[in-house]
Amino acid sequence: MTAHDPSPHHLQLTRDGQLRHFLTLDGLDRDLLTDILDTADSFIEVGERTIKKVPLLRGRTVVNLFFESSTRTRSTFELAAKRLSADVLNLDISTSATSKGESLSDTLLNLEAMASDMFVVRHSQSGAPHFIAESVTPGVAIINAGDGRHAHPTQAMLDMLTIRQHKQRFDGLKVAIVGDVLHSRVARSQIRALNVLGAEEVRVIAPGTLLPKDVESLGCTVEYDMEKGMKDLDVVIMLRLQKERMEGALLPSEREFYRLYGLNREKLALAHPECIVMHPGPINRGVEIESAVADGPQSVILNQVTNGIAIRMAVMSMAMGGQVAERQQKAERAKA
Amino acid sequence: MTAQLDINQLLDELETGLRRILEERNVTEPAVIGIRTGGVWLADVLSKRLGIDQAFGELDISFYRDDFSRIGLNPKVKPSSLPFDTEGRDIILIDDVIMSGRTIRAAMNEIFDYGRPASIILATLIDLGARELPIQPDVAGRVLSLDAHQRVKLRGPDPLRIELQETGQ
Repeated sequence: MTAHDPSPHHLQLTRDGQLRHFLTLDGLDRDLLTDILDTADSFIEVGERTIKKVPLLRGRTVVNLFFESSTRTRSTFELAAKRLSADVLNLDISTSATSKGESLSDTLLNLEAMASDMFVVRHSQSGAPHFIAESVTPGVAIINAGDGRHAHPTQAMLDMLTIRQHKQRFDGLKVAIVGDVLHSRVARSQIRALNVLGAEEVRVIAPGTLLPKDVESLGCTVEYDMEKGMKDLDVVIMLRLQKERMEGALLPSEREFYRLYGLNREKLALAHPECIVMHPGPINRGVEIESAVADGPQSVILNQVTNGIAIRMAVMSMAMGGQVAERQQKAERAKA
Repeated sequence: MTAQLDINQLLDELETGLRRILEERNVTEPAVIGIRTGGVWLADVLSKRLGIDQAFGELDISFYRDDFSRIGLNPKVKPSSLPFDTEGRDIILIDDVIMSGRTIRAAMNEIFDYGRPASIILATLIDLGARELPIQPDVAGRVLSLDAHQRVKLRGPDPLRIELQETGQ
């Protein structure tokens, strides 16, 4: 299914291929991903002005619905919504393990009664934003801010924006994703985005215990030896070791992991001399990345944060735009 | 059928009009801003004609349009770029065609987000009337009134030319 598939069953897209929810990168084609990156470029310019605000979402209400805690993602979504002139409500809701489904539905009904126009959803269960998008009142846009191990599409897109800023292209790029791919929704979305945008090779570098079983089917090659894997890289994306999700004996020890898969200056020297270093944050210094690398000249980690605001502004305004255009078209058809 | 208007004649009108207003208002260091796409081509030409060395600005008003709530976001938005500080500056704002006045409203809102200018002079190549807002150009190359089946379009940037099209409806 492509972005321009007119099927009304495509949850994320309107009939004419505009974004109306942003749940996953699956089903979105290269043109649409490029439109998102181009729109974000324009919002970067807005962020450099005296008044860093545009009136696109003026009078609309955005609810940040975080069932799982997050500082960076939530605050960049909040800032993005405010720079679009929306009113923002932040709700941090910790889920009770037994009644997630039920509490989700009830919470939604209450929030819809407050005439919200957009929900930004983070949830520990894969598929929660999708579920909400299926059941929400028409006209309300849903943005996925990370669901379980499934997807984190705005993070992947801000990474793509960062890569394009530094490399100006995707064709011919060799990109590695290193570390805890098993627990990473970011990695899944990144692999997808890199493939759609035409990167030459996406390599995952990790111990077998931290790779999902079907990892190659996501569209990547696998390397267990990091020193071999660093060769010719244009971009290396380090993942955070998700200590809170480690159960059982996936790793011998943190020290052992750092020795084998931590990015230090020696390993980085094996990559292309202009290789950029990325990390979605928060970084664990000395666990997956050496401080001298994280703060070094090849690191673009703080650019990623700045780009996160612009990407979220792009996705929010495009999805809201798709919703309003769709509502307008329906009203016109009803009149005719 | 496609007719053409003489672009040079219209540019002469704009240049003369702008020189007169700059003198009347005693503006010595104006900054030029063109609205994408046609206005940017004209900003280039008029900056040269008026001997303004300061690089001109380019405005993409997509984020300020008043029809977002009906048609959504223009997917082909490009970054605006103002290579000067608008605070306290005398601005010459240029667009190819003025009709409803809504584009100019959006452009002025955007300019003010960069800083408060001392003044704005509005120049448009063609004024089609049919205004929906109380906004008037200070200088227009030509005032035209089109029939319902006629369209006018600036083509460019090289060569710059005006097309008057009959849609045959």
